[in-house]
Amino acid sequence: MRLFANANYDFLRRRRIAYLITLVLTVPGLLIVLFRGLNYSVEFTGGTLMQVQSQKPVDVGVVRNALTERGIEGAEIQSFGSNRELVIRARVAKEGTDADDTQATGSALQQALDAVLGAGNYTILRTEAVGPKVGGELREKALLAILLSFVAVLIYLAYRFEWRFGVAAVIATAHDILASIAFIGLVRLEVSLFVVAGLMTIIGYSLNDTIVIFDRIRENLHLRKREQFADILNRSINETLPRTVFTGTTALGSLLALAVLGGDVVRPFALLMLFGVIVGTFSSIFIAAPALLEIEKRWPGPAARGHMTPKSPAVPVRKPQPAGAGSGAGAPRAGGQRGR
Amino acid sequence: MSIRTRLLVIVGLIALSVFYLIPRNVTVRERDPDTGVMRDNTLKRIPLKQGLDLQGGMHLALELDQSKQVSADPKRDIDLALTVLRKRIDEFGVVEPLVQKAGDDRIVVELAGIDDPARAKAIVQRSAFLEFKITDETRALEKALPSIDRTLRGLGIKAEGARAAQPSAVQELLGGDSAKAGATDSAAAKDSAAADTTAVVGGVLGGLIQPSSDLPGEYVVPETAFPRVDSLLSLPAVARQLPRGIVLRWSSAPTSVGVEPVRFLYALDERSIVSGRNLVDAQAQLDPLTNGPIVTFELDRAGGRKFGEETGRHVSDYMAILLDGRVQGRPPVIQSRISRNGQITLAGRTLQEAQDLALTLKAGALPIPLRIVEERQVGPTLGQDAIDSGIIAGIIGTLFVVAMMVLYYRTAGVLAVVALALYVLLTLGALAMLDATLTLPGLAGLVLSVGIAVDANVLIFERIREELAAGKTVPLAVDEGFRHAMSAIIDSNVTTVLTGLFLFQFGTGPVKGFAVTLILGIIASMITAIFVTRTLFILWLNRRPAMATLSI
Repeated sequence: MRLFANANYDFLRRRRIAYLITLVLTVPGLLIVLFRGLNYSVEFTGGTLMQVQSQKPVDVGVVRNALTERGIEGAEIQSFGSNRELVIRARVAKEGTDADDTQATGSALQQALDAVLGAGNYTILRTEAVGPKVGGELREKALLAILLSFVAVLIYLAYRFEWRFGVAAVIATAHDILASIAFIGLVRLEVSLFVVAGLMTIIGYSLNDTIVIFDRIRENLHLRKREQFADILNRSINETLPRTVFTGTTALGSLLALAVLGGDVVRPFALLMLFGVIVGTFSSIFIAAPALLEIEKRWPGPAARGHMTPKSPAVPVRKPQPAGAGSGAGAPRAGGQRGR
Repeated sequence: MSIRTRLLVIVGLIALSVFYLIPRNVTVRERDPDTGVMRDNTLKRIPLKQGLDLQGGMHLALELDQSKQVSADPKRDIDLALTVLRKRIDEFGVVEPLVQKAGDDRIVVELAGIDDPARAKAIVQRSAFLEFKITDETRALEKALPSIDRTLRGLGIKAEGARAAQPSAVQELLGGDSAKAGATDSAAAKDSAAADTTAVVGGVLGGLIQPSSDLPGEYVVPETAFPRVDSLLSLPAVARQLPRGIVLRWSSAPTSVGVEPVRFLYALDERSIVSGRNLVDAQAQLDPLTNGPIVTFELDRAGGRKFGEETGRHVSDYMAILLDGRVQGRPPVIQSRISRNGQITLAGRTLQEAQDLALTLKAGALPIPLRIVEERQVGPTLGQDAIDSGIIAGIIGTLFVVAMMVLYYRTAGVLAVVALALYVLLTLGALAMLDATLTLPGLAGLVLSVGIAVDANVLIFERIREELAAGKTVPLAVDEGFRHAMSAIIDSNVTTVLTGLFLFQFGTGPVKGFAVTLILGIIASMITAIFVTRTLFILWLNRRPAMATLSI
């Protein structure tokens, strides 16, 4: 069995449609994020989270009233799984308040639960209490980690390929991050450290996918010096398509298992990664390769033809172009455009 | 590389991983749930460390509370607080507690499997309290013991009966006998004593408390009897019988005398000579004359005056140093009148011990308020649930990947599955070898990585298919397939490792665990895909040299 063997889709010509799809899918989510903000976990905002299991079913409204009585306004209360399990999130009211508030909030929460459920009639399964200062630091660190990994990857790609490839890969990855953030905003996923880890894994996966295609482009640039750049891009994407699809499927399979069976803590991560694998695959084909094409149009250089071009201009092409491949691709370009 | 060498390397890798994963004896210090005694327990288990989110436990991050007391030298204060916390946590009785500095101004405390987080927080945040007290020379406790035993008998408490009062760990830590914890202690003890109404025999405490021969006011209690004796002593009826002007204090840690660990109980003069407030400085050094370790300390003017008076009166008596109501080390003898500058000689001890004592003194001199800036606590049931669901998800996910590989790539797929099994073994072995902690995100990362680890093999197999389609012979196609796929595998994996490294750098506990499994997983998957699958292919082709088509 071989899927997508000898595939010959003209991906680059359809790139405008792909851009449109991306815009339609990403912009609403980004607008939501812009206007409503992200749903940060208490790790980032500072505050207290308590997961409680009661022996009796719990009325969320009653718990809310008890909390309000004790000065905890606007806490989020969700039942979790069954109506005996509750997750309460009380965020720190004001930025810059003292960390002691976090502790006070914790004990106020417990007092409220003692009053509503009766002391000893419930167990606290999980607590997370984070002072606002720590939360702020985490936000900074997370942002820094994402930016720094971008820079590191750019440098590595510039070293292994050349800067055009690096920029194109980073553009595609930035696209994936934006799309993922839009997804997070759209489904109101809670942004925890784990979800940030998911975001960074998406960076890794998407780059991985992009690089496999770029690697093939690099190879084809050496082998097929007569071919148009756009044709080489299309050819490379098609040649690697079976791998792209197969690996994507196995990754999605593992993630689906995690999302369905992995438990409540893992689920947001798994959901985000499911989206990330899809968008990462999409972007390698419809963002990274077209970006490379646009960059090459704007800043043509010998490199677009592979760094071997100047060295061996007269070497005959090793293989004749197989029939049917690469016809009718992208923008027609004069052969001399990249001449130097 | 010859096929023999390849097989040897593979067998070596397997052996190494298995070696690190074999369940082995691990000695852990834990509190016996029945008797409440600390003891070293030997467990047989797979040496994979579980994070707090999996085994349940508590993670605290602490900082100096500058709002309560402005610290002149935060760096030093954090170090002092660290020393004090270690001492307290050691007594807390959890398996492998972790107390360490995070950055310059933060202390992280991790306690696995604790059941009362409020208690733990209270202990961690209490500020250290240092006192000097003279040990009792009058044998008052010895004399009072018979009448105390009579009282106990009257209360219906027998010598080796059903366990009477079990003090909780916090009460012990608060210094079960100390006045501070007195109220809660006696209440708890009363409850248990009331519950224990069985028959009466023998001298309960008289049999358990033996006067020490070396030092007046020092008594020896078997470590196993320590909680029981402690709770009995804090019964209100017993407390009334204790000699006036005397307080009882425990040593901070058990000592091994002969075969059995024992705990020293000290009868001390109620009055403190001086407290930590009077201490200015303490230093550990080597005595220039004897070359033995000593601790020198300096008191303030008022403290010095009082200290001089008291030590002058008590020359050749013994002076106990108490931190948080616990006697630190064995009380040294007072050799002469000491005023502002004193010296404690630790004959036959190490410089390290002297340094510890100096730190203890300094920590007690300066109560350091700490505040909790981060708290995470996971109940043990939740952790177990997480492990269970993680394993189920892992099995289902892996089965899916295996089915895909075998259905799509046939025999080659089977080889890849063998490599995948090895991949899982290698990753776990590497985690155990590096003593890395497996967290819930790490577990999820492992499940995900099974889906991604096949990528390298997929790259190779697709390349082989292409080469075959281009009309190459089987051996040549396999060779070229592996060779051409290499650059893609390496470049794509290096970038993932790079992001993983940054994740490791910024992440806290659980997320760090994710980064570690991610990085180790990628390295293991490269080894198995490139090296192991290749070897399996060589074996396969060697067995069928004339193979014209490949089951791929």
